[in-house]
Amino acid sequence: MLSIKNLHARIEDNGQEIIKGLDLEIPAGQVHAIMGPNGSGKSTLSYVLAGKPDYEVTEGSVELNGEDLLELEADERAAKGVFLAFQYPLEIPGVGTMTFLKAALNAQRRTRGEPEMQTPDFMKMVRQHAGDLGINQDMLKRALNVGFSGGEKKRAEILQMSLLQPKLGILDETDSGLDIDALKVVSEGVNRLRGGDRSFLVITHYQRLLNYIKPDVVHVMSKGRIVRSGGPELALELEANGYAEYGEAA
Amino acid sequence: MSTAAVRPLKTAAENALAEQFTSAKGRLNGNLAAREEAFGVVADGLPSRRVEEWKYTDLRALMRDALPLAELPTVGEINSVREQMAEHAVDSARIVFVNGSLIEGVSDLGSLPAGVEAVSIARAYAENHPLIARSGEAPIPPDNAAVALNTAFVSDGVVLRVAAGTKVERPLHLVFVQQGNGHAAYTRVVVVVEAGAQVEIIETHSGEGSHQTNTVVELVADDNADVTMVKLQAESLGTQHLATFGAKLGAEVKLKTVNIARGAAMARQQMFLTFAGDSTNAELHGISLSGGRRHLDTTMFVDHAAYGCESRETFKSVLDGESRSVFQGKILVRQNAQKTDGRMMMRALMLSEGSEADMKPELEIYADDVQCAHGATCAALDDEHLFYLRARGIPKMEAEAILVEAFVGEVLEAVDNEPLREKLAIITNEWLRTRD
Repeated sequence: MLSIKNLHARIEDNGQEIIKGLDLEIPAGQVHAIMGPNGSGKSTLSYVLAGKPDYEVTEGSVELNGEDLLELEADERAAKGVFLAFQYPLEIPGVGTMTFLKAALNAQRRTRGEPEMQTPDFMKMVRQHAGDLGINQDMLKRALNVGFSGGEKKRAEILQMSLLQPKLGILDETDSGLDIDALKVVSEGVNRLRGGDRSFLVITHYQRLLNYIKPDVVHVMSKGRIVRSGGPELALELEANGYAEYGEAA
Repeated sequence: MSTAAVRPLKTAAENALAEQFTSAKGRLNGNLAAREEAFGVVADGLPSRRVEEWKYTDLRALMRDALPLAELPTVGEINSVREQMAEHAVDSARIVFVNGSLIEGVSDLGSLPAGVEAVSIARAYAENHPLIARSGEAPIPPDNAAVALNTAFVSDGVVLRVAAGTKVERPLHLVFVQQGNGHAAYTRVVVVVEAGAQVEIIETHSGEGSHQTNTVVELVADDNADVTMVKLQAESLGTQHLATFGAKLGAEVKLKTVNIARGAAMARQQMFLTFAGDSTNAELHGISLSGGRRHLDTTMFVDHAAYGCESRETFKSVLDGESRSVFQGKILVRQNAQKTDGRMMMRALMLSEGSEADMKPELEIYADDVQCAHGATCAALDDEHLFYLRARGIPKMEAEAILVEAFVGEVLEAVDNEPLREKLAIITNEWLRTRD
């Protein structure tokens, strides 16, 4: 599924290297968690995988089902099945949530050579998924993420993921800013999407999220590399001992 | 001023204008003395960037040539326009001008809504028709070069009167179409909306070929009138379009104007507004869409000369290629215009490195109890917004289009006429695909 080999990436503006020789394999159908101290490069990794133009890959490879992702633009990667749930979803005034959702869904379909989805089918699908996530009609009528609370924004991200049905879901600190009830709703949303060949990369600072989204493998990231991997018990160990031995914040 | 006083002119355009005026003035209707006086304004030359009002739109440099005055359109040209009219989606009573001449056979002059009277300018001048009497009330500055050229050369147009108290349900549509190639068309519209009357006027400019068009629209809105004017400037991309709108607003008038500039190689929309009566409200909105090497100018002067009036100006420009947009807006609040509330906002969104936006907001206030504000912003699309849309699979061009539509959406929302608003949204969307 996802295969990352010796990945090096730097910030384009100032040349600072953030990812320094990272290796990661996520087999189809598995959930992997990446934990690590602040500044270890977790969010950068999610952006590099999604194709954010601010970063430059200087070495290494990233393949999704054998296809080179690094050659593709962000929108092409999305159409191939990469979905990044943002840590801070953007507010975009003037762009209606429904307009955006339909544009995204149909753009991906067009890129893949599939027929576009018609409005009645689309509305039905959105309503069903929105209901599962406790997202009301009023939110869907507003501009994209504008005036949404932190929890609403995260739920809206999961709604987008539910509609777009990616092959690889990357959750970047999806638990940040969520109270326990919202965390449950969001986690259940993610868990509903588990199964089959769909894989997840769950990036988090805290173990708490992993009580709800049970990972198959936990990795520790520090200074731009994966420094340790293990089972779910590794997350508990980190929760107990902290990141001290991995060097808090560069 | 006599023509003998005309000094030798410098540019090809200036020479050609003088020759045209000499040969045409004999066959143009109306007051010859007024035409000669107007031509005197430009007899010494067209304004260049050394003239402050024309600093960003150097007419002398931009107008390389003066195209010959349009002939009457051919039957073929008229038929072609007739066919185009059939496709118009917006329900309206049409008054159609082909190459600057009012064409009755394509217009709905015989079936105008009740309370609306219309007469062609050519006829009004020739017969000194009573409807023309209120021409000149609107604040159209005679010493402005575009206005002077119009006054000197105007060949046709229309005078419209909406009788007091009439609520006109069906919009009036002034359709200006250019056919053929390489002519100049000078038209004038006088609109008198009498007390308590309500009307929506749509003005569209389109066509084929490369031309020079010059229109002046005079609006007189008497007390309690409610006037909406929506203009779509979609001239062919080789055309130079000079337009002047002047409005004199009585007391408790409601005026809304929306100007969409999508066409023309060079266009300047001038707007002169005078609040002549108390407690009047005017909303002026505009969008300009430019690409290539096009040049779009909006120059506005809002004169608050009465008590307790409110003005809102919102202008947005979207630029691509090496195009240029100019927005100059001045609000004057005279000493007696207490309790004025004036707000002007101009925003430019630049899609390319090579484009240029010039913005000059000005406030001049002599009253001491007023609220006035102005603002100007100039920005590129937000990279973070773009990435968010692209991360969801929306390709770059489409993502940019979504963000631009959101940017101009606020202005389009001001158009209450829904079929018209949809049409304008489609035109915006089409521009986003070509960005020409």
